[in-house]
Amino acid sequence: MIVADDLTKVYAEKTAVDAITFTVQPGRVTGFLGPNGAGKSTTMRMIMGLARPTSGSVTVNGREYRDLPAPMHEVGALLEARAVHTGRTAANHLLALAQTHGIPRARVREVIDMVGIGEVADKRVGGFSLGMGQRLGIAAALLGDPGTLILDEPVNGLDPEGIKWIRDLLRHLAGQGRTIFISSHLMSEMALTADHLIVVGRGRVVADEAVTSFISRASARAVHVRSPHVDDLSRVLTAAGAAVTVQADGLLVVNDLNAPEIADLAADHGLRLYELAPQQASLEEAFMELTAADIEYHGSSS
Amino acid sequence: MTATQTTPVYVPPSGNVAFTGVLASEWTKLRSLRSTVWSLVAAVGMLVGFGLLFSWGVVSRWDRLGARERLTFDPTRISLGGVFLAQLAIGVLGVLIIGGDFSSGMIRSSLAAVPKRLPVLWWKAVVFGVVALVLMTVASIAAFEVAQTVLSGKGIQTTLGADGVLRAVLGAGLFLTWVALFGLALGTMLRNSAAAISTLVGVLLVVPILMNFLPSDWRDHIDRWLPSSAGDSLMAAHTTDAQLSPGIAATMLVVYLAISLGAAAVLLLKRDV
Repeated sequence: MIVADDLTKVYAEKTAVDAITFTVQPGRVTGFLGPNGAGKSTTMRMIMGLARPTSGSVTVNGREYRDLPAPMHEVGALLEARAVHTGRTAANHLLALAQTHGIPRARVREVIDMVGIGEVADKRVGGFSLGMGQRLGIAAALLGDPGTLILDEPVNGLDPEGIKWIRDLLRHLAGQGRTIFISSHLMSEMALTADHLIVVGRGRVVADEAVTSFISRASARAVHVRSPHVDDLSRVLTAAGAAVTVQADGLLVVNDLNAPEIADLAADHGLRLYELAPQQASLEEAFMELTAADIEYHGSSS
Repeated sequence: MTATQTTPVYVPPSGNVAFTGVLASEWTKLRSLRSTVWSLVAAVGMLVGFGLLFSWGVVSRWDRLGARERLTFDPTRISLGGVFLAQLAIGVLGVLIIGGDFSSGMIRSSLAAVPKRLPVLWWKAVVFGVVALVLMTVASIAAFEVAQTVLSGKGIQTTLGADGVLRAVLGAGLFLTWVALFGLALGTMLRNSAAAISTLVGVLLVVPILMNFLPSDWRDHIDRWLPSSAGDSLMAAHTTDAQLSPGIAATMLVVYLAISLGAAAVLLLKRDV
């Protein structure tokens, strides 16, 4: 279990993490979602004791990371694909980490096979593809067989097969009662992998809830309506308090009224409907909507 | 999917970070990089090779040297002439041993495994220090013996048994070990290999040259306290009045190293990585 309490990190010119409070529970996959620059990586580095909070605290299993007697057995982390010396072989990199905790060589072999880098284990890491580097990082995180896994953008650079592999692995590990905390800026990936979401934007938590409730809460709740009586219907709905926009092809996009209300109003006024479709926002849209004001770097298109 | 009451509770394996573990880990890190091996080979090669080259040069020109030059000839000093190059190889290696960790991001893996941080620095220093001490001492003795063999062609050799010679030869090994660890401290403090190597070269080679621009009475007071001058004293069979005695020189080097490693430790503890 990871508990962040009023966790804050201020750098010289900007606040990267702004008094965030959250709990990551064991037994499920918790997604840490936010646009680039939202403070996800900084938060994860503070959990791992690599960056010191400006104020507030974060603990793993009730203790600050620095005070854990055997950190690799409690927390495994993939903080970035390349936290590895490029001149060393994958096997030696893992061995050097394992030795700090007296983890046997057999376990090093085991994680190498588990992540599927057996063929390149004795090659120097400098020549690894992004995907292999990612798998090596995951192997390092699994070395101590820890109860908590923290993975920063784990699917980065993985091919579709690799993505499915890590998704299944994380589900499996969460099923064993472990705490799984993964960050991503890809909403679609989170929809498939995570049970619970902590969403951040500009250093603040903007949502902390189950994936399903996140989607429904943030849904735009628009209803798409087609009718031969565009003008009449639009007037009636607007009078009833709806926000209506008429698109070029005659589609009415109705907000603030639900589908049954629209159907009843149309029937009351003798207006025929050809189509009545409540829109469910995707996780992607829900996320965009929630963080629209919080995104630091807006693209010019998209 | 949601967590339920029946979710199993995961119990991790036990075991602590032990100092023997960190020691073994640092040894693995050191031996598993090709650059380490090549830098050490280069340092040994320069030490022995240049001792050989310089002695051969003297022997080949000995009959044409003036009386004064013959009188001041120091067979110990010439055999250890390779120190000036070897110090760069071993010092740069000292920087890279930690600098490479900072530039590659490896330092995060290392410090996540050992969040108390300082054991990483201390054991790195111990492992690298012992390797450097053993290799540089052996190489210094080898350079000395090879050079004396060459010099014996003109009967101008000396022996380890002669006054002050053994201390000078061992002093060369000690000074090179000092440079290695000073490089490690600079690399830790500056976190940037290029900056640390520049600083190392500056301290060892440039500052002594700058001394020549000072008025001589200032220079005489300052120059002897420089690490390079203390090293010269340590490696000289017979020190001059302008130099510190070998004992004081060694003490000063220990003090400088303690200060720089101490500063490195404080910064390593304090900084985010």
